[in-house]
Amino acid sequence: MTGQRFRNNSLLGDLFRQEYPKMTAVLCRRFGLEHIEIAEDIISDAFLKASEYWAVHGVPENPAAWLYTVAKNKAKDHLKRISLFETRIAGHIKPDEEEAESDFGFGSGYIGDSQLAMIFAVCDPGNSAQSQICLALQILCGFSVEEIANAFLTNLETIKKRLYRAKTQLRDSRFQIRTLSAASIQSRLDTVLKTLYLLFNEGYFSKTNDQLIRNELCAEAMKLALMLTDNPLTDNAQTKALLALMCYQGSRLEARAADTGEMVLFEEQDQSLWNQELIEKGNYYLVNACQGNEVSKYHLEAAIAYWHAHPASPDRWRHILQLYNQLILIEYSPIAALNRAFALARVYGHGKAILETEKLGLTGNDQYHKLLGYLYEVTDVGKAIDHYRLALQLTRASPAKQVLERKIEALNK
Amino acid sequence: MKEFMLIFRIKDIADFKPTPEQIQERLNWLAGIAAQNKLVDQGNSLSPFPESAKTVRPDNEVTDGPYTEIKEFIVGYIIVRAETIDEAVEMAKENTIFKLGGNIEVREVIKHKLH
Repeated sequence: MTGQRFRNNSLLGDLFRQEYPKMTAVLCRRFGLEHIEIAEDIISDAFLKASEYWAVHGVPENPAAWLYTVAKNKAKDHLKRISLFETRIAGHIKPDEEEAESDFGFGSGYIGDSQLAMIFAVCDPGNSAQSQICLALQILCGFSVEEIANAFLTNLETIKKRLYRAKTQLRDSRFQIRTLSAASIQSRLDTVLKTLYLLFNEGYFSKTNDQLIRNELCAEAMKLALMLTDNPLTDNAQTKALLALMCYQGSRLEARAADTGEMVLFEEQDQSLWNQELIEKGNYYLVNACQGNEVSKYHLEAAIAYWHAHPASPDRWRHILQLYNQLILIEYSPIAALNRAFALARVYGHGKAILETEKLGLTGNDQYHKLLGYLYEVTDVGKAIDHYRLALQLTRASPAKQVLERKIEALNK
Repeated sequence: MKEFMLIFRIKDIADFKPTPEQIQERLNWLAGIAAQNKLVDQGNSLSPFPESAKTVRPDNEVTDGPYTEIKEFIVGYIIVRAETIDEAVEMAKENTIFKLGGNIEVREVIKHKLH
């Protein structure tokens, strides 16, 4: 992928991030998903041409339009070659000239529809969660392979392999991107929401320390979720609840950057860093998400985030515990089990929470030991230190390690 | 891992409508099992009231209410996952139904396989 080479040039870099996903969506809708590589090649060529031509002739008045025109012409040339091949060599019936000549419609309405279709095409239930996120980052968010590798703290080859496998699956699935039907939307909406949820979490709980990448991942996920709420076909209670969740979490991104990988104790964050505007947006989407009777895991998580964003309410831990109870009954996850135990400690005290936490048996999980370390701090310093040490052994990220080392040191005094 | 059904019984029909505190305690207990990833099926409650409980006997005899010759009746069930029946019994022990004089029957589930 050519994304990285434009990063030195900030204008082209920004354009690439903004326009690449749109251009891919439009061209894929025209060519079909099985030819996604052709679309990618054409767009990369257009950017390459821009970098050369603009360096000599200066940047045109409307750089995006310039790129679209070049991509459109290259796409038309490609289609002409194909039709020549098909009529003269392969002996097929002459394809509709008008279609080959048809406008690629880089108009804003068409781009929006194409991007929406692309989201549904990319979120293929046949792909693993990891591959889906990689693919979403590349095709929907215009991330380069290098940037994806940085976000995942993994090497280029791994990401390339994941993308290759994911694209093979896309081709084989024969998803119809040109005519996105209400039925195909319904069948994939769950997968789409899950992908956006994972994409956001990848940023919010990212392994990387690069705050810029984390913010960008979250922002991209929110942009895509917003796109879903803008279309009546995809704007349902779950979509709104997911967006509400992202708004609440997003409101604390800045405050989180100030803390250092600590198990997030919201009380300890500088609340003046919370983005009130996003909290209000969260309230708006959550209220709208709760018009019907549906309670999805996004509703529950958004409601938990709501209470965290309103720390003044005295009864909030009781509500949060109740919500975690419901969440764990919908879907088990170790992180939900641990967060529930933390809420339990807030409502019923550390003693009861220790009993419940030790039953979880997540002995290979650093967060499990961190929670037990925290819960034992008051009553049994020896055990607290033991658990913090175990957590330290299981932690890889260095800021989180430093926090644990400092805790052990403080307890040893 | 084996699966066990926990069958809940109470004696007084008035206890079937729980107080908010009882609801909270039950949910805490149930979620505690789910948090260990040992809840197979949240199960259901079984209404004990005469209009929604009948017992059918031989010779087409139908009586109102749950089986009335015993002094207690079933109000619900869940299914949990455990290595042994003792582990399932330990989970059951922490339920608050005993405060009402109720009891829990623990039964290993034998799965039917279609041949």
